[in-house]
Amino acid sequence: MADKPRIKLPKEAAKGEVIQIKTLVSHVMESGQRKDAQGKTIPRKIINKFACEFNGKPVFSCALEPAISANPYIQFDAKVEEAGSFKFSWTDDDGTVITAEEKIALKA
Amino acid sequence: MKAINRRQAFALGGGFVMLTLMPMAADAEVTNDAAKWIEKFTGGKQPAKGKISLDLPEIAENGNTVPLSINIESPMTADSYVKDVMIIADGNPNAGVATLSFTPLSGKAEASIRIRLATTQNVVAIAKMSDGSLFTEQKTVKVTIGGCGG
Repeated sequence: MADKPRIKLPKEAAKGEVIQIKTLVSHVMESGQRKDAQGKTIPRKIINKFACEFNGKPVFSCALEPAISANPYIQFDAKVEEAGSFKFSWTDDDGTVITAEEKIALKA
Repeated sequence: MKAINRRQAFALGGGFVMLTLMPMAADAEVTNDAAKWIEKFTGGKQPAKGKISLDLPEIAENGNTVPLSINIESPMTADSYVKDVMIIADGNPNAGVATLSFTPLSGKAEASIRIRLATTQNVVAIAKMSDGSLFTEQKTVKVTIGGCGG
């Protein structure tokens, strides 16, 4: 859990270019379906929401259910019109939010 | 007319069982609340086929991580873009998988995630456009090892 999320995106882009962003965060994504050795159900604990915004404007978001694999990998696109920073957030069932930020520059 | 003997009766009975079982084996049964999810997302409107290309493996050896890619045809401008895409799996304990929300800033209505599938089943995607129109696509995935633990 303490691991930093891994994010892959280009350092710079031409104005109007659509770039691809890949994100991966370490998380068990416990589905709430599994049972432990004593036969008790392991309570659900997942990332239930992922969001990405660019300079404060929403780009992409995603509501996640237990049917998402452990260490959720999410890949999406973003259109870059100006230099700025992408903010990423992953919201856990218990309310904690993992955040990350990546900057992008415009190609000269 | 000759009365059928024991052997023939068995053969006939067996054929009958095969016939009645076959349609069930052909298309995986919906075993969860998928219909409710669809109803909630579409508001009862019937989505049209098309616009979506849904990419999933035909056979998934490990149901714990099944790669899913989706691409929806759209200009993605402020006037016309893909708003939400719901993905459901009709054979999982819970039908919901994910709901993706795009904006014109997404540039392309394209995303990849990795999902869990408990058994062989259909994965359905329904896209809601900014003008309210709905599109759908579905794929059947054969799962060798289920991915919901147990």
